[in-house]
Amino acid sequence: MLQLSGNSTLAEEPAASGPAPCLVPMVDLRRGEAGVLHSIDLPAADARRLMELGFLPGTRVTAGLSAPGGDPRVFQVDGSEVALRRETARRLSVRPETAGKRAPRGRM
Amino acid sequence: MRTVAVIGPPNSGKTTLFNRLTGLRQKVANFPGVTVEQHTGEVALADGRVLRLIDLPGVYSLLPRSEDEQIAHDVLTGKRADTPKPDAILLVLDSTNLGRHLMLAAPILALGVPTLVILNMADDLRNRGGKLDLAALAAQLGAPVALVSARQDEGIEQIFDFLTGAMPMPEPKELPVLQDVPKCRQWAGRVSARAAYRAPIPPKWTRRLDSVFLHPIAGPLIFMVVVVAVFQTIFWIADPSKEAVDWLFGVTGNWVASVVPAGMWRSLLIDGIWKGVGSVVVFLPQVLCLFLFIGILEDSGYLARAAVIADRTMARAGLQGKSFIPLLSAYACAVPAIMSTRTIENKRDRMATILIAPFMTCSARLPVYSLIIAAFIPNRHFIGSFVSARTAAMLGLYLLGFVAAVATARVLKSSVLKSGRTAFLLEMPAYRWPTWQSIGLRLLDRSKVFLRRAGTVILLVTVVLWVMATLVPYHHGHPPAIEDSLAGTIGHTIEPVIKPLGFNWKIGIGLITSLAARETIIGTLGTIYAVDPQSHQMDLENAVRHDLTPGGAVALLVFFAFAMQCISTIAIVRRETGSWKWPALQFTYMSVLAYVGALVAYHLIR
Ligand SMILES: Nc1nc2c(ncn2[C@@H]2O[C@H](COP(=O)(O)OP(=O)(O)O)[C@@H](O)[C@H]2O)c(=O)[nH]1
Repeated sequence: MLQLSGNSTLAEEPAASGPAPCLVPMVDLRRGEAGVLHSIDLPAADARRLMELGFLPGTRVTAGLSAPGGDPRVFQVDGSEVALRRETARRLSVRPETAGKRAPRGRM
Repeated sequence: MRTVAVIGPPNSGKTTLFNRLTGLRQKVANFPGVTVEQHTGEVALADGRVLRLIDLPGVYSLLPRSEDEQIAHDVLTGKRADTPKPDAILLVLDSTNLGRHLMLAAPILALGVPTLVILNMADDLRNRGGKLDLAALAAQLGAPVALVSARQDEGIEQIFDFLTGAMPMPEPKELPVLQDVPKCRQWAGRVSARAAYRAPIPPKWTRRLDSVFLHPIAGPLIFMVVVVAVFQTIFWIADPSKEAVDWLFGVTGNWVASVVPAGMWRSLLIDGIWKGVGSVVVFLPQVLCLFLFIGILEDSGYLARAAVIADRTMARAGLQGKSFIPLLSAYACAVPAIMSTRTIENKRDRMATILIAPFMTCSARLPVYSLIIAAFIPNRHFIGSFVSARTAAMLGLYLLGFVAAVATARVLKSSVLKSGRTAFLLEMPAYRWPTWQSIGLRLLDRSKVFLRRAGTVILLVTVVLWVMATLVPYHHGHPPAIEDSLAGTIGHTIEPVIKPLGFNWKIGIGLITSLAARETIIGTLGTIYAVDPQSHQMDLENAVRHDLTPGGAVALLVFFAFAMQCISTIAIVRRETGSWKWPALQFTYMSVLAYVGALVAYHLIR
């Protein structure tokens, strides 16, 4: 529904590192892990609200803390922190950053 | 008078700035027909002119999708008949998050109204090592820019310079027309890069505190402690504050009685108007107390974390984390609870929370429950001596209200108030110390709203009830008994309707007077039994036992658990939802539920 807007656009964001292997739902990022947002698969109105809060394709997203049970989870994006429910975070796909060195301390 | 609008994204410090500029010279009202509040205030300029300042709701864009955005859009473009088109705009942005906040600048500057771009939180930006070139930003935007700290009262004089016209204006600039968010964000990124914006480092205290408040174990524990503290405090102050207010109104009432000659007018003044005012003011301490807590929780940033923790539980009832605090405080009193639903941005979730809040067992139900339970349930213990039959009955009633609330929420959220599965998004603001000025102004603001709106309606209704209770259609020569009054006549008239529930006309009068406030039924029954020769020797408990079968008693409890007998609540729902439609619907629904529930209970137990 939203096309990829490339990696080079946002002045303050570091460009994403090379072509990472695959896309995963954002909900699968573990705590402390980061990824570059690829697309949002939600109705237009919701996608807009997410984008206004910083969830734009090409932006770097870091998974943060969560409520007990992992839902909702806080994500750091574009200078702010936003809590999303799992059902929403599942509809955003990200390209995990450097899949090789996953943070070992990541936990729910 | 010239009008200036204040606009900005949520949490940019708009309210703080508005308070800083207007101080106590502000008014709050609802925009007609909608639930959005309109804060207006006056600013006196050095040259003697007075400006009218309008605080618009916090928005990220001007696209009219939500009610808030619609209002902001309509006011700024001069489309609202009730508000003049602003002559100037103060655009408030958070300087610590400039890249994202600048997105709002494009559509605002495109309006062509003289605009000052205010970069707020200068103190925070400095402390966290961020900076930018203000002149370059002004040149990029083609609009004057001021770096201020609303909280520290820093740089505010620049705003006055702008308002008096003393501020130099940069060369106007043609801005690109930007339709979608990615384009807006790219533009904002470009502009802030050209203004040599260096973003501040993330707030380290916020990260540290979050690792405690959102800790898997400590987080929920702290949440519980906060919740219990809020609930207990409101509960604790309920009785003493009620006594204090009653005492105050008793003393002043007596004083009035001593100067006004006896008769109808004195009775109207004291039993009608003064008691009516008293029955409103009684709630004020609880309203203030709840808003003190909410103010601290919200301004400090903890409320957003609490909402995250409560979200999963509330989602089961189709609601969301932010409904938790209002619903919890409804256990003390639905009035402040309903006023506090303002923290819920999602209008449908907010409406659902307002509609179910009166099902929570509020403190006004307690005297009624206690009386009936004491009259009908023996003080027997089970499970050793831990739980008495009376405690169990009381808990059962709490549970009954809770179940009704959850069931109603589910019905509402799957029908009229279905959110169409809008995503739940909650921005986590940085933790900050709440300021006394902001909390003080908020308390003042809420008391004014409460006293004015609830006050006028309640006053009217208590006067009507007074007329009904004292006006005697026919006179026998002896002092009028309540049975002869209009209320008594109505009690007799409605007896056929309430008979199936096991209630007689005396209970009927009690039900009518308790429309004003639930606990009023106790006073009414007290008066009726006192003048009735059959029961005037008995105490209230015995008299009630004499008058009701056990089935009728249970029916009465169920009726009180479900019915919306509270004028204050009705008035405040009207004010918060902006129309009579919702309180009317709510009152009808709860009354039908109460009637059917009581009917079933009476026939099951009899
Ligand atoms: N450090 C700092 N905090 C501020 C400043 N202005 C407002 N705040 C805080 O930011 C938070 C949000 O402010 P508020 O006025 O409620 O924002 P609004 O949502 O835009 O109305 C509050 O905790 C304020 O105390 C400022 O200039 N500096």
